[in-house]
Amino acid sequence: MAIQSPSLDMTAGAAVAATPASAAHGYWQSVRRRLRRDPVTVGCAALLFVIVAAAVAAPWLGLADPYKTSMLYRLKPVGTPRFLLGTDELGRDMLARLVYGGRLSLFMGVTPVVCALAVGATLGIAAGFLGGRVNMLIMRLMDVFYAFPSVLLAISLSGALGAGAENTLLALTLVFIPPICRVSESVTTQVRGFDFVDAAKASGAGTLTIVRVHVLGNVLGPILVYATSLISVAIILAAGLSFLGLGVKPPEPEWGLMLNTLRQAIYVNPLLAALPGVMIFVTSICFNLMSDGLRAAMDVKA
Amino acid sequence: MDTFVRLPVDRGGPAQPLLLASGLRKHFPIPGGLLGRATKVVHAVDDLTLSVAKGETLGVVGESGCGKSTVARLLVRLIRPDRGSVVLDGDPVDEPHGITVNELRRQVQMVFQDSYASLNPRLTIVETIAFAPKAHGLPAAEAKARARDLLAKVGLEPATFAERYPHELSGGQRQRVNIARALALRPRLVILDEAVSALDKSVEAQVLNMLIDLKDELALTYVFISHDLNVVQYLSDRVMVMYLGKIVEIGRVDAIYGDPQHPYTRALLSARPSMDPRRRTREAPIQGDPPNPIDPPSGCRFRTRCPFAEEVCARVEPPLADVGRQAVACHMRARGSGHSRASR
Repeated sequence: MAIQSPSLDMTAGAAVAATPASAAHGYWQSVRRRLRRDPVTVGCAALLFVIVAAAVAAPWLGLADPYKTSMLYRLKPVGTPRFLLGTDELGRDMLARLVYGGRLSLFMGVTPVVCALAVGATLGIAAGFLGGRVNMLIMRLMDVFYAFPSVLLAISLSGALGAGAENTLLALTLVFIPPICRVSESVTTQVRGFDFVDAAKASGAGTLTIVRVHVLGNVLGPILVYATSLISVAIILAAGLSFLGLGVKPPEPEWGLMLNTLRQAIYVNPLLAALPGVMIFVTSICFNLMSDGLRAAMDVKA
Repeated sequence: MDTFVRLPVDRGGPAQPLLLASGLRKHFPIPGGLLGRATKVVHAVDDLTLSVAKGETLGVVGESGCGKSTVARLLVRLIRPDRGSVVLDGDPVDEPHGITVNELRRQVQMVFQDSYASLNPRLTIVETIAFAPKAHGLPAAEAKARARDLLAKVGLEPATFAERYPHELSGGQRQRVNIARALALRPRLVILDEAVSALDKSVEAQVLNMLIDLKDELALTYVFISHDLNVVQYLSDRVMVMYLGKIVEIGRVDAIYGDPQHPYTRALLSARPSMDPRRRTREAPIQGDPPNPIDPPSGCRFRTRCPFAEEVCARVEPPLADVGRQAVACHMRARGSGHSRASR
């Protein structure tokens, strides 16, 4: 996971002579301008917006009840009247369940990353900026977690804690702390080596002030980009845990769980059985492409 | 607050050196070996003693890797010396009865070589300059006003440049900003570490002249580190020549340039391109690279490249001793040292 910190390429601009005609424009404005010119990123962001908005607004969209079963309408194919995307093995409306399922799946994807970001970035920035023994202590501790493959760690933690959404969230948070910490540490170490940090130290400012003014602004971008790319992993892992029966319990609509319960139907109606998988795939690839686009847009070459 | 607004006062009078560093030593451990334990050290600076008089410019010259920048960083305490002490106008630094490192940093500031890496790309010019005064407790509005004043002082129109970002400036403009930043705390001593080396010759001349004007206007003292002998000659009152972490020769600029005593100083000076085509340098006055500072030569560190090296040079380290108008660390200039060229 060699994160090429985008915003740190400082030598590149050394030869720039002329000043742009326009007056002062901020860094984030130029990022936004570059993002607008990138159709893939804009498309992914738009698609994600639709998925998230639909999930959030699900109760007001006039969808069918996602819990209402019907023995008469089991495993109806996609395109059946009244059931636009068909019905599942208990006759529940697939469209409603997919939209409602997004609520849990997205929540399970975003929450652990946000929690892990808070803990991991703090630890990583501290390790990177303070260096020496603090760095050694924190990073070797992270290496202990790193020794396990993330899927295995998530499964064993969930297994040990017991099934349920809260335990899945906790397990995923713990899984994501080490990689975020490691990326934060490497970016911070890089920034710490620049003369402007030395200049700030030479001005007699305190450590916290230097971190706040000079380090955070330069490291948060790359760390956030990396965290965004982890959301897709979190969605997949959460879905995987539900699929294994370690996450959300039925009859809750959740993409991973739906994939699990529909797997018997794969010979009857394969398209139907694949739908939750398609949602997981589309959502996670959108997060990935968007984080790639963000990274490219934040790559400042004066 | 008061610590900030109060101007540094001359305490010891003009005869007391502004900065006195004695026996400074810095060895950098090289991690390696078992459990990352350092088995080797880089001898960056070894037992270096120097004084800077009030109002003078001390030039520091030497090849790359001779410890010039380490000296600069030691003097502002960006790195901690292994040994030795720094005394600022009579006050020992970081000692019970002396002044704190923070107080030293308020009075001694540094300008770095890389004008781009030494500016935070996310801050506007005025934010960068106002950072230090704000960190020392000056209200934000006053700090910004001071930053704008300083911009004007270094020749950058505040209305045009204050709100720009570093990547929107040229190299010369950025270095002017760096100088303004160093002046923001109203220091007494400014250490210029290759501050003009990366600039175009025409821009370099402008910045140098500006430095001279600022020195007079703000009663500054400079330590000017450079590998450019002409620039050092132009700017300095005294010159210190370094080789592998040691002083080989130090004295007034006319003495060093007019009558160099150490073979290394002579080699450096004759390596300068001649402006006269009839007197062009045909042979390199000094061969090869400096020895590895991890394992410096015994005795005189220059002996491996010195055309006059003798047995005594490998055995005894030459002390820095006064010879005429300067101080030199060479057995050839030391009476009774045992070198065949030394007077008995």
